[in-house]
Amino acid sequence: MPDEPDATAGPSRPDGPDRRVRIPVTSVRVDAPQFQIAAKNPRRAELVASSGFLLAAAGFAGFGAAYWQNWSNFWLALTFSIGFAGLGYGMVVWGRYLMPRGPFSESRHSLVPTSAQREVFVQDFAIRGKVAVERRGFLVKTLGIASGILGVVLAFPLLRSLGPLPEKTLRQTAWRRGSYLVDITGRKIKTGDLEVGGFMTVFPETDIGGAYSQTMLIRVDPPPASGYLTPPPQFAKQRATWAPQGYIAFSKVCTHAGCPVGLYEELTKQMLCPCHQSLFNVTDAAIPIFGPAPRPLPQLPLYVDDEGYFRAQDGYDEPVGPGYWERGND
Amino acid sequence: MIDALFNWFDERLGISGSGRKMLNKIFPDHWSFLIGEIALYSFIVLLVTGVFLTLYFVPSSKDVIYEGSYAPLRGQPVSEAFASTLNLSFAVRGGLLMRQMHHWAANIFVGSIVVHMLRIFFTGAFRKPRELNWIVGSTLLILAIFNGFLGYSLPDDLVSGTGIRISFSIVESIPLIGSYAAFFLFGGNFPGNAIIPRFFILHVLILPAVIVGLLSAHLGMLVRQKHTQFPGRGNTPRNVVGAPLWPTFVAKTTGFMCLTVAVTGVLSAFFQINPVWLYGPYVPYKVSYAVQPDWYMGWLDGALRIMPSWEIVGFGHMIPNVFFPAILLPGITFGVLQAWPFIEARITHDHAEHQILDRPRDRPKRTAFGTAVFSFYFVLFGASATDVLANYLSISLNVVLTSFRFLAIAVPLIVYPVTYRVCKEMQQVPTAGKRKRANVVLRSAEGGYSTVRAEERPGDTVPRVDPLPLDEDIQFLPVMADAVVTGNGFGEEAPPESPAESRSDRPRGGIFTIPRAYR
Repeated sequence: MPDEPDATAGPSRPDGPDRRVRIPVTSVRVDAPQFQIAAKNPRRAELVASSGFLLAAAGFAGFGAAYWQNWSNFWLALTFSIGFAGLGYGMVVWGRYLMPRGPFSESRHSLVPTSAQREVFVQDFAIRGKVAVERRGFLVKTLGIASGILGVVLAFPLLRSLGPLPEKTLRQTAWRRGSYLVDITGRKIKTGDLEVGGFMTVFPETDIGGAYSQTMLIRVDPPPASGYLTPPPQFAKQRATWAPQGYIAFSKVCTHAGCPVGLYEELTKQMLCPCHQSLFNVTDAAIPIFGPAPRPLPQLPLYVDDEGYFRAQDGYDEPVGPGYWERGND
Repeated sequence: MIDALFNWFDERLGISGSGRKMLNKIFPDHWSFLIGEIALYSFIVLLVTGVFLTLYFVPSSKDVIYEGSYAPLRGQPVSEAFASTLNLSFAVRGGLLMRQMHHWAANIFVGSIVVHMLRIFFTGAFRKPRELNWIVGSTLLILAIFNGFLGYSLPDDLVSGTGIRISFSIVESIPLIGSYAAFFLFGGNFPGNAIIPRFFILHVLILPAVIVGLLSAHLGMLVRQKHTQFPGRGNTPRNVVGAPLWPTFVAKTTGFMCLTVAVTGVLSAFFQINPVWLYGPYVPYKVSYAVQPDWYMGWLDGALRIMPSWEIVGFGHMIPNVFFPAILLPGITFGVLQAWPFIEARITHDHAEHQILDRPRDRPKRTAFGTAVFSFYFVLFGASATDVLANYLSISLNVVLTSFRFLAIAVPLIVYPVTYRVCKEMQQVPTAGKRKRANVVLRSAEGGYSTVRAEERPGDTVPRVDPLPLDEDIQFLPVMADAVVTGNGFGEEAPPESPAESRSDRPRGGIFTIPRAYR
C-alpha cells in the first residue's frame, strides 16, 4: 500500500471532519456477484427482519409488564425469551439476507518466522542475558535464596492453614464405651422402641446428627435362646454378644463413597446405599453382596443396661466410611 | 459528534489502521462452527445471571430457622445458603428466572463445549498449528465441569450435599496425599463449616477468572492463527473464505447470541431445574432415592457404580475403590485428551501445518477411534441411571449393573469396526450426505420406460462463486473504488464538493448501504 499522500487530496486541515483522502483500491467491478445480497426480494426480507424486531419490542414490553405486575416465573421467562428470539431472528435475517452474500476471503500467512528472524531473537536474548545475568553469579544465588524462602513460607498460608491435619479424626468416631444410643432429638433408645423389622438412625449423645457417627439400629428377629443374634462363623467369638435381643447396629456411612446407607429391606435383611447401589447383608456382618462397596459396614457392639437403655460396649473397632491411603488393613 | 469522538480515540489509540484489518476479518461459514459460539454466549449468560444471583445468595452454612414464603419448610433449621436460595427463588422478583437460566446455561455451556470439542476432533482441527488451542480448550472443558459441580453444590440441598460427600471421599482416595488434600480443601473433616464459603469463592471468582483468561487466550489464538475451513471452491491453505466481521458476521453472531439467550429462557420457562425446595436442606444422615448429579458428572457417577468392588490393601496402606473410577479414569481421560494432538502426530508422522479440515469419513481410523471412545463414556453416562432403569424396566438391579459392566467393554469394541466400515463405504460415494435430485421414471404410450431428471428445487444445487479477496488493498464495497471517501465511514457524508460530484452521480458510500443497483 503506497504511503505518499494523494495529490488530489489537496491542502486541508488534517483533523478536520471534511478530511478527504483518496484510498487507493484495486478496482473491483461494482456488479461482482459477491456484493449482491442473498435475498431475492429485499423488501420482503426487510419486512421479515423488522417484524422480528417488532416482536422483540412486544416481548420486552411484556417482560416489563410481567415484572411490574410480579407475574409468575413462567410469564417472565416467556416474554423475556420472545424478546430475545425476535431480536435474534431479525438480526440473523438481516445478516443472512440483506448483507453482501460473499464469499470473501483474506489471505493467511504462515506464523512461522524465518530462520533469520529466529536467529536474531535468540542472539539478542542470549547475549543480553549473558551480559546481564551470567556475570552476576552471586546476585543470582542470593535472588534464588530469597525467592526460595518466599516460596516455602507462602506454602503455609496458601496450603497448610487451609485446614487441620486429619490425625485421628478419620479413624475415630464419637462412639465411646458406654455411649447411649439416642435418636436425632436426643431421646435415649430403649429395648422395645422398634418393631421387629424396624430400623432407625442413632447417634452417640455427644455427636447428634454427626456425619461419621451416624449408625443404623435394626431390629432383625426375635433372638435365639442365647439372647444374642448369632454372628457369622468368622466373627463367632468376637461378636458373640454384640447384638442383644435381636437388635444390631451398623455404621450408616457407606464404605464405598461415604453416602448414608439409608434403605433397609426387611424381607431380605439387606441394607442398600441409594447413591451407588451397594447392598449389605445385615445377617452376615453387613458384608457387601452387590455393587461397588469393597468392605463390610463396621458393626457397633451393643449392650442393654440395667434400665433397659441401649449403650455401646465400645466404639467402632475399625474406621468407618470410605477408604484412604493411611488406612491400611485396620 | 460521533465523528469527533472517534477522532479523539483514534488519535490516541490509533484505531483506524488495525481496526480496518479487523473489520475485514473473515469468518468461515459452516453450521458446525457455531457450536463454539453457543459455548461463548452461554458463558455470557452465566456471567450476567451469576452476578445477579450473588446479590442475593448468602454463602454460609450457618444454621438458621427458615421463615420464608415456602410453607412446607417454614420453621425448619436450614443453612443460610439454603434459606437464601429459597428466598431468591420465591421472594426476589425474577430471581427464579435468573436461577433457572443460570443452571440451564451451565448445562448448555458444558454441553456445547463437548460438542464443539467433538467437532474439532473429528475434523482434525487440533493439528499443527493449533495444538496449543486444543490444550487451552480441553482445559476449559475441565474447568467448566468443575465449576458446574461447585455451582450446583452451593444451595446446600440434600442432593448436592450428597454429591459433596462423595467428592470428599473421592479427594480422600488419592494415594499419599488424599486425606490431607481433602482436609485442606474442605477445611477439616466432612462436613465442617468451610465448604459453602470456599466453594462459593472458587465458583464466583477464582474459576471464572481463570476461565475468562483462558477463553481470551482461546479466542486470541483463533484470531491470530485464523479459522480453519472445510475444503471447497476457492478454499486454500493460504486463505480464509467466509463473511467479513463487519457487518455480516456481527449481525449474524449478535443474532445468534440473542437466540442462545432465548433458548435458555424458553428452557427456564417450561422446564423446572433443580427445585431445591423439593429436595430439602442437606442433612448428613439423610439421603434421597435416585440421586443423580448434573449430566456432565454422569459419566463419573456411572463409573463409580459399575466399578467392581476392588480395593488394594498392602504395606499398611490402601488404594480405595473410588480412586479407580473417580481419580484414575478422569486422570487418564483428560490426560489423553490434552495430549491427543501429539499422540496422533506420533502415530501418523504428520507434522505438517493444516488449515483445511478433514471430513470425518476421510480419516476412518480417527473417526472410529473417537466414536468408540465417546461410546464408552456414553455407556458410563447411562450407567449413572442404573437404579432408575431397573425401576422403570422392572428388572433386577443386578441384571442392569452387570449389563452395564459388559456394555462398557463391548460397545466400544463394536462401535469401532462399524464406524470404520461406514467411513470406508462413504468414501466410495462422494455425494453421500448431499441432497440429490430426483429421477422421474416416465412410461410412454407404447409401454416403454424412460428416465428424466426431476425439476430442480431450490437448494438442490448451491451456486458458488469464487471468493473475493478482501485484503488491505481492496475496499469492502466496490462502489467506493472510484469515489472520494469523505467523512468518517460511519455513514455521514460530507456535502458534495462540486456539482460534478453531486449525489446522483456518485454511488452512495457508507458501510450500511447496498449498491443502488441491487436495492
